[in-house]
Amino acid sequence: MEPLLTIKDLTAGFATDNGAVKAIDRVSLSIGKGQTLCLVGESGSGKSVTSLAIMRLLEFAGGRILEGSIRLAGNELTDQTQRQMIRIRGNQMAMIFQEPMSALNPVFTVGDQIAESIRLHQRKRKSEAKQMAVDLLRMVGIPDPETRARQYPHELSGGMCQRVVIAIALACRPELLIADEPTTALDVTVQAQLLDLLQQLQRELGMSMLLITHDMGVAARMADQIAVMYAGVVVETGSVEALFDQPAHPYTVGLMQSVPSMEGERLSELRTIQGHVPSLHALPAGCRFHPRCPHAMPRCTSEAPPMMTVGTLQQAACWLYGDVAAGFAGAPDSDNGEAGG
Amino acid sequence: MRSELASTDNPIMASTSSPLIEARSVSKYFPIKQGLLNRSVGSVRAVDRVSLAIARGETFGLVGESGCGKSTLGRVMLQLQAATAGEVWFEGSSLGERRPRELRELRGRMQLIFQDPFGSLNPRFLVRDIIGEPFRVHTKLSSRDIDARVVDLMERVGLDPSLRGRYPHEFSGGQRQRIGIARAIALRPSFVVADEAVSALDVSVQSQIVNLLMELQRELGLTYLFIAHGLHIVRHISDRVGVMYLGRLVEVSSADELFKQPLHPYTSALLSAVPKPDPRDQSERIVLQGDVPSPANPPAGCRFHTRCPIARPRCMQEEPELRSVSDGREVACHFPLM
Repeated sequence: MEPLLTIKDLTAGFATDNGAVKAIDRVSLSIGKGQTLCLVGESGSGKSVTSLAIMRLLEFAGGRILEGSIRLAGNELTDQTQRQMIRIRGNQMAMIFQEPMSALNPVFTVGDQIAESIRLHQRKRKSEAKQMAVDLLRMVGIPDPETRARQYPHELSGGMCQRVVIAIALACRPELLIADEPTTALDVTVQAQLLDLLQQLQRELGMSMLLITHDMGVAARMADQIAVMYAGVVVETGSVEALFDQPAHPYTVGLMQSVPSMEGERLSELRTIQGHVPSLHALPAGCRFHPRCPHAMPRCTSEAPPMMTVGTLQQAACWLYGDVAAGFAGAPDSDNGEAGG
Repeated sequence: MRSELASTDNPIMASTSSPLIEARSVSKYFPIKQGLLNRSVGSVRAVDRVSLAIARGETFGLVGESGCGKSTLGRVMLQLQAATAGEVWFEGSSLGERRPRELRELRGRMQLIFQDPFGSLNPRFLVRDIIGEPFRVHTKLSSRDIDARVVDLMERVGLDPSLRGRYPHEFSGGQRQRIGIARAIALRPSFVVADEAVSALDVSVQSQIVNLLMELQRELGLTYLFIAHGLHIVRHISDRVGVMYLGRLVEVSSADELFKQPLHPYTSALLSAVPKPDPRDQSERIVLQGDVPSPANPPAGCRFHTRCPIARPRCMQEEPELRSVSDGREVACHFPLM
């Protein structure tokens, strides 16, 4: 079956005072129908730029798609005009952001804001749209939706506001929901409620989801597939089980080890990834992770590794797997390092 | 028991029995003002009758959701805000009785590390001025001596001292947090409040800073109040942990035991809400219904009863006080999970 969304070699960037920078470089991803892909990475890795590029909102943020293709249900999105995109956004795909409070307009009631997005995309009378707004509020689990629809964003808590934002996003039953750190600004107990809600709605509506998060725990809970990004490139993709059972790229390994466990013995010292994320203006040559990588080899400093098959459901952009593709021996350790060199 | 463990691997703590800093039934209310005459119409009870003691060399983790009062408690303990009621004792005497001048001297011994490494450093100051400022304010060192101290501090926190002539914006988030730490330890404090000190950082950098904080604690014998909402980190760094809900301390325990077997239903829900990095995790989640009530108008009885999965009639009438239930474990619940 053809995936709902297929991104191929997507390169996008910004013009800055210090010259043009590529925020993402040849990113390829795909999401099947009804599936969830989690895009994981640290700040500056290009997760949000990828999602804005898919929505074709990057242009409004001062960026530009330079190369590559984005196909949504057979449509090439990079060829669409912004006028055409208005029809696709909202109807076929929708996006929710990190800060629910700033995503809502403070001077309109939440009911009006939901009704507005319905009327923007569907031919509905005002009264009909208002009733639909109340139904949507009920669907996203807001108690007493009739009253809430008449309230303003400041009268609702952060968690409630995010539910309203979800209601707006789902107003036209999109096939793809892009959620950019939807729970990062919220407390853990509220996060748990919203993750449950997103999963339940996804099942009911059969939609696909691109979930951007920096939290490996959230990814483990929500994802079918995971893509790990670092400094603008995808360094590893795979099924959630494969990736957590046997992370292949040294960056993924480091990312997972950096978070201390909540069970078992406590370590005297946390594992770390040395150094810090490079600036887009001064990306290292070769593999972008090599200055921080414990397994870096001479080859890594000059040649950027392509995606290589690591397991049946897993790929990693790392030279450790370059010459041992047939006999992959597991997560990287010093032995693998020699084998790859 | 963890408390014994802590005293054996920490000689400083074993040598003294009295706590370094202690909050005694501390409350902090903020008035809600309304109308033309700005009259008080009520108050937000940010912190309500909280008592806790932190031993020398100990790390006390304080967790809870936004608005629970954990940051306010930290600020009151540092006397950055005056308590509405109750007292803070530091090194054996009450801070409320100190004169402003004495308090100013004491501030060198109690320091704060802020959350936001972008907002907490003056963008117009060079790094050497930021780290050297505590010396200019509190000591009479010559500028050459100050510079030597700055070099020493930067090395200690893992920064290249040759960069001291630069501005904060030239540093990454993690490096900026190191600058903030260097400034906080400049005057050799005994007590440091780390208020969400690693929350804004990326995970790979977060662990570097946590390691640095623990290393500095060993070297300098620091006592930490570590305020955070990231539970993984709190468990890792803390000897004991306190859980706050709506301005009240609801549970205090050693970190190991709290995470192994929480006693308060809120603690239990909080821990189970953290998604585990295991795609096959099937453990039952307690999903709390609703939102945290407003601290301006907290529920009667136990403040958690409106969301508590095991609330009974007694919880709606009678507020449970924090009481000791077993060695080193305290909980404020009529029906603790034992």
